[in-house]
Amino acid sequence: MTAVLAAPAPYDVDAVRADFPVLSREVNGRPLVYLDNASSSHKPRQVLDAERAFVEQHYSNVHRGVHTLSQEATDAYEAARSTVAAFIGAPDAREVVFTKNVTEAINLVAYSLGNAAAGSRFHLGAGDEIVVTEMEHHSNLVPWQMLCERTGATLKWFPLTDDGRLELRDDVITERTKLVAFAHQSNLLGTVNPVEELVRRARAVGALVLVDAAQSVPHMPVSVAELGVDFLCFTGHKLLGPSGVGVLWGRRELLDAMPPFMGGGSMIEVVAMGGSTYAPAPERFEAGTPVISQAVALAAACDYLSRVGLDRIARHELALTARLLEGLRTVDGVRIIGPDTTQMRGAAVSFTVEGVHPHDVGQSLDDLGIAVRVGHHCAAPVCKRYGVPATARASSYLYNTAGEIDALVEGLGQVKAFWSA
Amino acid sequence: MSESMYQEIILDHYRNPHHQGLRDPYDVEVHHVNPTCGDEVTLRVQVVGGTVTDVSYDGQGCSISQASTSVMTDLVIGQPVAQALVKAEAFLALMQSRGTVEPDEDVLEDGIAFAGVSRYPARVKCALLGWMAWKDATAQAVAQTAQEAS
Repeated sequence: MTAVLAAPAPYDVDAVRADFPVLSREVNGRPLVYLDNASSSHKPRQVLDAERAFVEQHYSNVHRGVHTLSQEATDAYEAARSTVAAFIGAPDAREVVFTKNVTEAINLVAYSLGNAAAGSRFHLGAGDEIVVTEMEHHSNLVPWQMLCERTGATLKWFPLTDDGRLELRDDVITERTKLVAFAHQSNLLGTVNPVEELVRRARAVGALVLVDAAQSVPHMPVSVAELGVDFLCFTGHKLLGPSGVGVLWGRRELLDAMPPFMGGGSMIEVVAMGGSTYAPAPERFEAGTPVISQAVALAAACDYLSRVGLDRIARHELALTARLLEGLRTVDGVRIIGPDTTQMRGAAVSFTVEGVHPHDVGQSLDDLGIAVRVGHHCAAPVCKRYGVPATARASSYLYNTAGEIDALVEGLGQVKAFWSA
Repeated sequence: MSESMYQEIILDHYRNPHHQGLRDPYDVEVHHVNPTCGDEVTLRVQVVGGTVTDVSYDGQGCSISQASTSVMTDLVIGQPVAQALVKAEAFLALMQSRGTVEPDEDVLEDGIAFAGVSRYPARVKCALLGWMAWKDATAQAVAQTAQEAS
């Protein structure tokens, strides 16, 4: 028998769409065109089925009992942790901490550092510096502002260029820098940041590196081992999974040495009235009953994405982004906020329409069944940088089609016509 | 396209807003923002002898927030404060009605055009931005007058 190497099958977007019940519904009498994936994505049947099967047959609290369901639930929860670890190329499942979302994951690190005693390697004080960028989501900005307020440390940031990139000035990361925190991909601009270069600069001064990967892990292959960072956060609901579950990945030697940020059940080792000692990671950072069925569903979402293939999803999105950028250029008065090429950029594309406020753009598109996000996208400093009060943002995912991109571009033509009448 | 929301009256006020621009004299100036969408308004109120003698404003935002602020100034300028507050309450009730309240044109005049907006809960806060700023500024102006009188 002759072995034939099968050519990779072409990306079958219709087959993918068939897994997502919501994509067959109508909005305002039109087929739904869902282009708000950077805000939150939809769930395939496989994820819904996995969560339902777990809840119907195996659910109980985890790490607390000897009865059968308790053991099965604990096994499923810990298996989910292993799946998530493998999904992001983490060498050790114990480096995965389940949180509520990215916001909680970043606050976890910020509060843990803030709890570090004087003399600890994690301690921050006056003279220390934390570095972020001007393109951060508020979740990767405000916690650091608050940490600086509490500790007396100083917040610095990389500014933005006119075309939506980081201006990599030499004076931002210095010998005083203790932590560098930045988005892998900007939620507003779509820019993919140069992780390697930022890690190199941070390492040169011995600073820790935290990456907000909320917009990258769902859309491209990401390996924490390859990125060489210290912390990486992402969330379930942008990755075909449920809301209420997020992930903090951290290097084990760091997590095991960092002080806890929330106290309570499950995170302890020995508790006495006079004081307590703490469990190692990840339990140290999972006080209280965790998100259980959501973690199981998140693992199912990771499995689903792995089966479709993140490299293929990334290629599919790249083609859609190229089509969208090209289409937007054909609509009079549309300004793209962010990189206008597909180089180092993801599928979130922000734009404004001259003479029409983004809210009115979004409302008018909704009449056509097209869902985009409007507003400042929890990145108000980015809007300020580009002199706009808000933007409209279209963001594609694995289930979007070229036809949907065309529908958006055509819809924008109608919006423009309505508002200039 | 969204005809039920974007009534011609609303579009007219959006394109040609009434009483726009910050003016002197005034008693109180406030700055209100809508933190979820970034709309903002700076608004001044002058109250003389219990009557709203002027409302001036500057701001940025969507058609609904801008038009609603314009309509509001038409409704309250020249009115006794108590009368203007009745209109504010009537507009608030209309906005919270989810389309179930038949607005009274004698009270709300052009404001009745916003009845359709009340069916879009995400946009109600847009329609209320200018009104809330006016209520805040007017309450402060009235309190100031009371303090000066005592």
